[in-house]
Amino acid sequence: PAITMLSYFIFSFQQRIEIHKLRQGDNLILGFSIGGGIDQDPTQNPFSEDKTDKGIYVTRVTEGGPAEVAGLQIGDKIMQVNGWDMTMVTHDQARKRLTKRNEEVVRLLVTRQSLQKAVQQSMMS
Amino acid sequence: KIESLKVTVDFLKVPLGLKKPPLKEALAAVPGPGRPKPLGVERRKPRRSDTMDNESQYSGYSYKSGHSRSSRKHRDRRDRHRSKSRDGSRGDKSVTIQAPGEPLLDNESTRGDERDDNWGETTTVVTGTSEHSISHDDITRITKDMEDSANLDCSRHLGVSLAGALALLAFLTPLAFMLLPQLLWREELEPCGTPCEGLFISVAFKLLILLLGSWALFFRRPKAFFPRVFVFRALLMVLVFLLVVSYWLFYGVRILDSRDRNYQGVVQYAVSLVDALLFVHYLAVVLLELRQLQPQFTLKAVRSADGASRFYNVGHLSIQRAAVWILENYYHDFPVYNPALLNLPKSVLSKKMSGFKVYSLGEENTTNNSTGQSRAVIAAAARRRDNSHNEYYYEEAEHERRVRKRRARLVVAVEEAFTHIKRLQEDDQKNPREIMDPREAAQAIFASMARAMQKYLRTTKQQPYHTMESILQHLEFCITHDMTPKVRGEPGRRYLTAGPTIQYHKDRWLAKQWTLVSEEPVTNGLKDGVVFVLKRQDFSLVVSTKKIPFFKLSEEFVDPKSHKFVMRLQSETSV
Repeated sequence: PAITMLSYFIFSFQQRIEIHKLRQGDNLILGFSIGGGIDQDPTQNPFSEDKTDKGIYVTRVTEGGPAEVAGLQIGDKIMQVNGWDMTMVTHDQARKRLTKRNEEVVRLLVTRQSLQKAVQQSMMS
Repeated sequence: KIESLKVTVDFLKVPLGLKKPPLKEALAAVPGPGRPKPLGVERRKPRRSDTMDNESQYSGYSYKSGHSRSSRKHRDRRDRHRSKSRDGSRGDKSVTIQAPGEPLLDNESTRGDERDDNWGETTTVVTGTSEHSISHDDITRITKDMEDSANLDCSRHLGVSLAGALALLAFLTPLAFMLLPQLLWREELEPCGTPCEGLFISVAFKLLILLLGSWALFFRRPKAFFPRVFVFRALLMVLVFLLVVSYWLFYGVRILDSRDRNYQGVVQYAVSLVDALLFVHYLAVVLLELRQLQPQFTLKAVRSADGASRFYNVGHLSIQRAAVWILENYYHDFPVYNPALLNLPKSVLSKKMSGFKVYSLGEENTTNNSTGQSRAVIAAAARRRDNSHNEYYYEEAEHERRVRKRRARLVVAVEEAFTHIKRLQEDDQKNPREIMDPREAAQAIFASMARAMQKYLRTTKQQPYHTMESILQHLEFCITHDMTPKVRGEPGRRYLTAGPTIQYHKDRWLAKQWTLVSEEPVTNGLKDGVVFVLKRQDFSLVVSTKKIPFFKLSEEFVDPKSHKFVMRLQSETSV
């Protein structure tokens, strides 16, 4: 039982979020902003715990947008988009992967610091 | 086991600037390269005696009257004497040192004295840094100061005279080598034309160079009296002695006995001796002068009274030489010792005086009573709330403010005073009565700033160091050299901060008697971690040695084309 609980927690370290894009005129928008990338300066990232982390982070979530509705939160680190890895991409590559015109739904795999902390706390107690 | 040896190091007063006239005179007196003649060397002798006489007039100068003939041997001899007499204190001033072991060579002292008439008058020692020499002035001072230095003087003279004799011997030997065949068996000698003349010339010049070299190297006013032998000098003296003796031996056997006819060979033999002497001179330069130049150790000198400390870099030196070096620098680096500034103000200290009284109840337990009592007192004192630090702080702040105020007043007064006089221009027509020389000008303006200055000095507790005479002299100095009162960091700052000791009048140097306390023998070289103390009556200088670390310098090549830059990106895109 303890081990199964532990394994459950490890899985839920990461969160899967499914966003349905919203059509606005000619564009499909998701309703959030990203920052980070391997070509960017990681020390400026306010959300990352490790200041050498060059991953893609959610820096803003527009209110009432598809992302917020789907449960994306500010500060989330995006690990995968529709199966594509986002931990080692440039900023522009990340943007392209998120804004593919032929995709209406994007499934993100994100990590959240609050989640990590909750897991750590429960593991310790 | 070496117990700590207490040795007294005396210092001669350092005359600043005395060196120049004798130097010029000596240079003038030294015979210029004369026209070469076969027996030119012979002719130099009488002229040399002139130089001897000239030099003997310089009192306060430590050169040997026989310096003209000094060569290394001279020095070496002297060194040896010095080394022997070092055990006893150095001549002039004082003192005995308990140096176990080396006897004073009293018996030889008289021999030294009757060797050369001139020497008695100007006993000067020269040799590098630690020559002990006694000039005419010093002799009078000695009789005034020391009572028991009679035998010590003799021993010191002994060292000097021995070195001098050795040097003289070494110098004359080549000449003797060349002259003896001429005198003894002239008829049998083969005629020797041009090569011999060439050799004579070379001998003449080499001896001249030797002379100048020894003069430059060894005839210097000793800075200090060292308590112990100067190892290198003794070594050199012995070396020279052996050299000369061996040469004479060979000469006696091979040439005198067999009456060698080849005069050129004899002259070449003499030339080889001169060459050897020159090389010994070179060795002396390297050992005595060069080796200590490259810094190897850092010495930290801390004054025990007020904690002023300085760092110095020195090379390979023995402990006693390092001590002299430190003291030389002490006089111009350390601010003057002012006992008045050291104590905490009385108001702060008085509170600390009240202690605790301990009453013992019950039976007397004498064995551990005292420790128990003291511990109780200390514990109680620690627990008591002590506010004296507070008072000390406020007292300090108040004093600081007072000093600054007085200083401001002084600066204003000085500036104002200086506006009253100006330098007389050539075309100004002034009444002769109004024209003043610097001294009068100084007196004139002194009055206007006297009060401010006096108050300032009293606040900073410097008044014992500045007499009115010295202030006037300083003002005169500033006026003569047109120092404006502002830039006059010199005049202003001179009083504003406690300057180094050496700028004050000689009386303030508070005697030059220092005691060197060391756990290792003082002729040992410096090593990492050696500590020695230079003591004086009211304070001491603690000197500790540290080796300068070995630096590993590595090279990194930077291609100028490799300097490239990019912008720091921090984009945020909305999707």
